[in-house]
Amino acid sequence: MTPRIEVVAIDTLMVRLFQRIDEANMPWMLAASQRLSTAFGAHLLDLVPSYTTLMVQFALPPSEARALIAQALEGLQPGAGSGGRRHEIPVWYHASVGPELPVLAARSGLSEAEVVRVHSERDYPVFALGFAPGFGFMGLVDERLASPRLSTPRKQVAAGSVGIAERQTAAYPAVSPGGWNLIGRTPVRLFDRERGGFSLLQPGDRVRFVPVSRSQFLALGGDDEAQP
Amino acid sequence: MNHLQIHASTPLCQLQDAGRFGVRHLGVTQGGALDWVALYWANWLLGNALGAPVVEVALGGFCVEARQDCVLALAGAHLHACIDDEPLQPWRSFALAKGQRLSFKHPGHGVRAYLAAPGGFHGTPVLGSCATVVREGLGGMDGQGAALVKDQCLTFAGTVAPLREVPLAQRPPVAQNPVLDMVIGAQIGDFSGTSLFEAFNREWTLDSRADRMGIRLLGPQLVYQGAPMISEGIPLGAVQVPPDGQPIVLLNDRQTIGGYPRLGALTPLALAQLAQCMPGAGVRFRPVVQDEAWREQQRYLGRWL
Repeated sequence: MTPRIEVVAIDTLMVRLFQRIDEANMPWMLAASQRLSTAFGAHLLDLVPSYTTLMVQFALPPSEARALIAQALEGLQPGAGSGGRRHEIPVWYHASVGPELPVLAARSGLSEAEVVRVHSERDYPVFALGFAPGFGFMGLVDERLASPRLSTPRKQVAAGSVGIAERQTAAYPAVSPGGWNLIGRTPVRLFDRERGGFSLLQPGDRVRFVPVSRSQFLALGGDDEAQP
Repeated sequence: MNHLQIHASTPLCQLQDAGRFGVRHLGVTQGGALDWVALYWANWLLGNALGAPVVEVALGGFCVEARQDCVLALAGAHLHACIDDEPLQPWRSFALAKGQRLSFKHPGHGVRAYLAAPGGFHGTPVLGSCATVVREGLGGMDGQGAALVKDQCLTFAGTVAPLREVPLAQRPPVAQNPVLDMVIGAQIGDFSGTSLFEAFNREWTLDSRADRMGIRLLGPQLVYQGAPMISEGIPLGAVQVPPDGQPIVLLNDRQTIGGYPRLGALTPLALAQLAQCMPGAGVRFRPVVQDEAWREQQRYLGRWL
């Protein structure tokens, strides 16, 4: 494991650890993040993990930062266990809040119930947060559920919407435009200023979606307004 | 406590500061004043912390009235600012008497003016910053990311410093067609040779599709020949090239990760210049290496020490 260190900006370097998206990357990514945080301390302005890379923004001369990164990652070993926290996120899977549920079923040849089962029967690592605060890119979903983004993104996707794009899955923390295939909705608040750390998900966490009924969804505070 | 009553505002008039840091891994963007040089000078004029909250006024359409006699400071664009009917030049602190109105009409030179108050305007810090990010619903006066609106009251409570000006030699030059320094990025070799020549030898025109997330540039079509990228962190000032070949300079409110190849990233000084360019302006890129750009930036920061 010899990561590549690339120039990105005046005070920023990219640490490239892998060439492709893989769940097995995550223990390495977490271990590298921890080492870099420790090595840079107060000189670290930001550390942005994403799938295969760690972007490091620092308050140091770039040559010093580069040496520090190389030194910190020497002899890197993956973290023990899979690292991060595990979340169970309740989802009401239904066409009224997930208009592409029937579309995915038709495309895959599965029933809607099978689509739900396949989507909710495995843990997904959180590869990165981005697009919006608290929006976690997770995966990989079963190949039968893989679906291209909508050719025309929706102007408004409801908060909590759970979607699929290619082999990734995510939940929208807030109302926003979006082009993912929606299959359900969670009542869980993914980005909440009342919560310490604000975002429920952190890179390296694992998520299991748990199917719930409409009444359970409503009891948990969900809003069942139909998604146009 | 001092109060400024807002009589006119636009969605482009926002409370801004030096931005949010240490939160990019949560998908939270940076935010903050687009022209950080003017932000620093506006605060320097009043003896504030250089990154204290200010009002960023883009293009004009902003008017406040003093509820008490006070001292404020103005830096950045010349937006035909007036105290009542008296023109007010930027790069100075000034007195605004009770009942007087400060208004920003329309652009003369530049795009963004920065209004500072002693001790900084009060906002609701979220994740360590008052920077307004409308898209994320973070920052600003109430912490919910709203731009400033008519009938709100800006407040501040700092002590007044003697009036002063930014020395002429220290003011950033007003360049209509600036040359922007770009730190060359690792993907530079994956663009075609012709594209590289054109990127650094042709003039690029600022598109009207421009906001606090990014500014599109129009010019020759750049061709990326590398492999498709996996999304990765995007630095401030990244010059990314989507499949249409027309670069986009990513600014303070950019998304935190993305998968378009990048030529590099503009330096902070280049970004401050770009923040003052109107749509239709022409800019050129000059390649610089990281270490040299870093040293230049440290030298520049020395003026506020």
